[in-house]
Amino acid sequence: MTSTHPAVELDGLSKSFGAVTAVDGLSLRVQPGEVVAFLGPNGAGKTTTIDMLLGLSRPDAGTVRVLGGTPDDAVARGRVAAVLQTGGLLKDLTVGETVRMTAHFYRHTRPAVEVLERAGITDIADRVVGRCSGGQQQRLRFALALLPDPDLMVLDEPTTGMDVEGRRDFWQALRRDARRGRTVIFATHYLDEADAYADRIVLVRQGRIVADGTTAEIKNLAAGRTVRATLPGADQAALAALPGVDAVEVRGDSVLVRTGDSDAVARHLLTRTAARDVEITSRNLEDAFLALTTTQTGA
Amino acid sequence: MTTSTSTRAAVTTPDRRLPALGGFAPGALGIELRRVLRNRRTLAFTLIMPGVFFLIFGLPQGGQSLDNGRPVTAYVMISLAVYAAMVATTSVGGAVATERALGWSRQLRLTPLRPAAYVATKLITAMSLGLLAVVIEFLVGAVAGVRVPAYVWLLSGLAAWVGSLVFAAFGLFIGYLAPAENVMQIIGPVLAVLAMFGGLFVPVEVLPDVLQQVATFTPVYGMGVLARAPLTGDGVSMAAVVNLVVWALVFGVGAARLFRRDTARV
Ligand SMILES: Nc1ncnc2c1ncn2[C@@H]1O[C@H](COP(=O)(O)OP(=O)(O)OP(=O)(O)O)[C@@H](O)[C@H]1O
Ligand SMILES: [Mg+2]
Repeated sequence: MTSTHPAVELDGLSKSFGAVTAVDGLSLRVQPGEVVAFLGPNGAGKTTTIDMLLGLSRPDAGTVRVLGGTPDDAVARGRVAAVLQTGGLLKDLTVGETVRMTAHFYRHTRPAVEVLERAGITDIADRVVGRCSGGQQQRLRFALALLPDPDLMVLDEPTTGMDVEGRRDFWQALRRDARRGRTVIFATHYLDEADAYADRIVLVRQGRIVADGTTAEIKNLAAGRTVRATLPGADQAALAALPGVDAVEVRGDSVLVRTGDSDAVARHLLTRTAARDVEITSRNLEDAFLALTTTQTGA
Repeated sequence: MTTSTSTRAAVTTPDRRLPALGGFAPGALGIELRRVLRNRRTLAFTLIMPGVFFLIFGLPQGGQSLDNGRPVTAYVMISLAVYAAMVATTSVGGAVATERALGWSRQLRLTPLRPAAYVATKLITAMSLGLLAVVIEFLVGAVAGVRVPAYVWLLSGLAAWVGSLVFAAFGLFIGYLAPAENVMQIIGPVLAVLAMFGGLFVPVEVLPDVLQQVATFTPVYGMGVLARAPLTGDGVSMAAVVNLVVWALVFGVGAARLFRRDTARV
């Protein structure tokens, strides 16, 4: 039985805190089974959006539908679960007790041993939460979110504060778990995470969606390549005048040209100038991210 | 055509019904109780200290009698049982402050547990610890030689226990007022002062006149009088009953209001 409803439908969501507009008319539709990365700089409004999506806070304007119903209903039925940026744990319970206690609040859950296993924390089940590392606590939160076997899993910067190994372990656990059909939405600052684990990237800045598409599409949005060459005394104006060139930068004897037509630049450099060591690199997601989230709208 | 995947999917389709009683569950209550009983601080202040107080301040008065011939040690024991119960229930209610400060309340909002079910769990835990506190104080007394008729044990114990519900509400009230992790360190001394005015450490009659007047309006006074009434045989004054009811209402309504404010969405 598959639901015909979108997993998430946000329509014209807005939320302000005093003078700060955290979310500004944001609309988003996520289909069942999609893995969506919510990518944006600090203060972009990711957490505020997620809070409204989970029914933790009320939008000033706009509507939220989760799996065809209200967020509260989806939470109460275990259809949506989340790993929050700020959700706390009781320090004096053990990992296992925390899972079992939470399981009691639901009508029906996966067995505690199973979620501990899937989150990769079976070996520390008897450890008191206060003595677990940040990464272990985060995996405990993940185990709690796995309990109801949710249709939608929401994660707000789940790997913040973890070291490289912790991050890798966490994503491996998430991946291992990825049951067919589960929708996943995660907020992150890490482009590599968005790139590696999401089918779709939603770039947010100042409470608005500035780009939405597959990883490849997002990269294309800030399309273009960088041509680098060694060329003492480069004629910046001539390079800038070439078709497709966005920017020219001279660093000592090196010149860097950002362009949509790298062939033309390379041809020019090699045939009309004394340039050598010509290198062409395509811009990665990081560049796209920076281009889309730091330039001012309309500039 | 049945593939193994679809069979598996059919088997694992989760039950999406709402939980009964808003998620209130005896299993969770059990874990909560174990958690409270593991807390050394709580045990020291609610189960051990009042017993030790009895041995230090009550026992030396062995052999002395009240006006009606009953032992003074029983008077001290019952007073300290009230004290033990009120500290016990306050500390469980006040733990809400810690849980809010830690963000556990926020975590709970991602589960089907309804706030009312959460508060019910806290109240039952508080009253369980309160009962244990009264029983242990009475056990210490009995072992140390306190002898009173069975109905005094029963009625005084019951009054001390039921009265401590007021302080479970007080704990919740403070818990929703101050999201501090160490809230009991602040409330502890306050409870001691209230217990003083409530005549739990020394009879209210030995206080200066003005303080006696003040004492009758403080929140422990009513429950102290009620708990000792079966022993002293003094009638229960209207003032004591009114005192208990009014404070129960003040803390109960106060806790309920703060609780609503806390669970309202922002
Ligand atoms: N409770 C609040 N009170 C006041 N301002 C708030 C509150 N919550 C968020 N804000 C403001 O709203 C804006 C968006 O914050 P939000 O936490 O949603 O960003 P974010 O994208 O999650 O950032 P981060 O990547 O740092 O987690 C910020 O300017 C923030 O300061
Ligand atoms: Mg955030």
